[in-house]
Amino acid sequence: MPLDEATVKKIAFLARIKVPEDELDHLAAELSQIIGWVEQLAEVDTGAITPMTVVADMTWPKRDDTVTDGGYAGKVLANAPEVKGSFYTVPKVVE
Amino acid sequence: MDKLIDLDIARARDGLAAGEYSSETLTRAHIEAVEAARNLNAYITETPEIALAGARESDVRRAKGEALGAMDGIPIAVKDLFCTEGVPTTAGSHILDGFVPGYESTVTKNLKAAGAVMLGKTNMDEFAMGSACVTGHFGAAKNPYQGPDGKDLVPGGSSGGSASAVAARTCLGAIGTDTGGSIRQPASFCGIVGLKPTYGRCSRWGIVAFASSLDQAGPMTRTVRDAAIMLTAMAGFDPKDSTSAPVKAVDFEAALNRDIKGLRIGIPKEYRIKGMPEEIDKLWKKGASLLRDAGAETVEVSLAHTKYALPAYYIVAPAEASSNLARYDGVRYGLRVPGQSLDEMYENTRGRGFGKEVRRRVLIGTYVLSAGYYDAYYLKAQKVRALIAEDFREVFETVDLLLTPTAPSAAFPIGEKMDDPLAMYLNDVFTVPASLAGLPAVSVPAGEDNFGLPLGLQFIGKPFDEKTVLRAADVFQAASGFGSS
Repeated sequence: MPLDEATVKKIAFLARIKVPEDELDHLAAELSQIIGWVEQLAEVDTGAITPMTVVADMTWPKRDDTVTDGGYAGKVLANAPEVKGSFYTVPKVVE
Repeated sequence: MDKLIDLDIARARDGLAAGEYSSETLTRAHIEAVEAARNLNAYITETPEIALAGARESDVRRAKGEALGAMDGIPIAVKDLFCTEGVPTTAGSHILDGFVPGYESTVTKNLKAAGAVMLGKTNMDEFAMGSACVTGHFGAAKNPYQGPDGKDLVPGGSSGGSASAVAARTCLGAIGTDTGGSIRQPASFCGIVGLKPTYGRCSRWGIVAFASSLDQAGPMTRTVRDAAIMLTAMAGFDPKDSTSAPVKAVDFEAALNRDIKGLRIGIPKEYRIKGMPEEIDKLWKKGASLLRDAGAETVEVSLAHTKYALPAYYIVAPAEASSNLARYDGVRYGLRVPGQSLDEMYENTRGRGFGKEVRRRVLIGTYVLSAGYYDAYYLKAQKVRALIAEDFREVFETVDLLLTPTAPSAAFPIGEKMDDPLAMYLNDVFTVPASLAGLPAVSVPAGEDNFGLPLGLQFIGKPFDEKTVLRAADVFQAASGFGSS
């Protein structure tokens, strides 16, 4: 199904990616081409098939549900663009 | 004595053990080679001080009789997708501006623990999304091979910097990651060996995630033996990666016995696609005949759903990417572009921070996962993926390995296919099926096209049977004589 500009705008907001207005047209055409191409999967009869959810057929070990790491807020925050005390900061979300 | 940069890992190991040279001397020769080859743009970050310090430590260990094994003192390059403690890690993206990990990926930690020396971090497509090493924020990397008209060629992608670095003899080996062909296709384009192990063989912990059900780290080297040596050091169970396979450590080099008598090798007929250059078909046939001469048996087999692998991949991989890349929000690390509201800050940061190919894939992924479309696209693709995996499972009941071309063309000029995403995606037509099924596969140099550009053939094996993959590839490389130094 071809994507129109409004749809591209909507998914761009869902993905939180700003797309300049003048690129919407081109992007809609490009994405439509890709979506149109993947739609050839409709030819495949997958009626009784279980979708693949694990890649390797084996039993994976489970970890104990315990804390094994942490306690170094400074190291975690070291890469943050803006920090106040031991917190990340974001633009104000409540008045 | 050979020029030090013309050695391979196996020979350098022997030279170091025999005291013919120190790791410091070997490493200095490679640091000079890295500097001399800067025009290739193969490295994003060079780390000569780290390399020299590592080399000196290795020499001290060796002098005390405490050398760690085959990788001790061997200078290697690392794709800039592996988090390296204290060394900037960019994933080829503007959005990771200034990011310096406070931790080390398991694979690089394993290599370090084996004594390997890191020369630098290599160039790549942004977030490993690409097949030409042209989509990264740090510009295109070049293939050391030049086109017939002197044009600069792509090294392939996404691990193009690693492939170029190995082919140009700036390091003895490199590590890459492969999601749909990102180790094997650049290996084919640059005339080197590139191995994607079984999904779960190498830990994904500390590797910047692209598509978590497909990503896998692997070695890129000039010989199959070197790939076996590097994989031995890289692999292993890691409790920090919940999909890391709880399997015993393996000495992959010990599997290389130069004997493939009686091995059954399948030639999947669906890989003979329309429009494939005749020289690739010829090379493929020649490869099969070479394996027969070595005592293997070749049989035509069928993998019926092959043509649906690429479209299934271009639903699954973008879907997983859109989810993985949600973490780049301008809050915790990397670039932040201010906005009036929180949403606007996200949108501005991600709008500015992601390049065009990443944006395209995140949008596709968001679309195929969005309400009302999930079943039609994502679920459908996962069902087709199950059929593809089943094709392989069945065929491996009758053969031990599969032989296919690695890529449908040789390296192409930088700038080509840039405006046509689908043409670019087709590069991975032969590598994506094994990725979807999680199987081990290696690209081995097999010959040259009419312009002298390298072409590779691919061996695909059973899950966790890298031994047979490497054993056959080693016999093949010895017989074909390509790419071995």
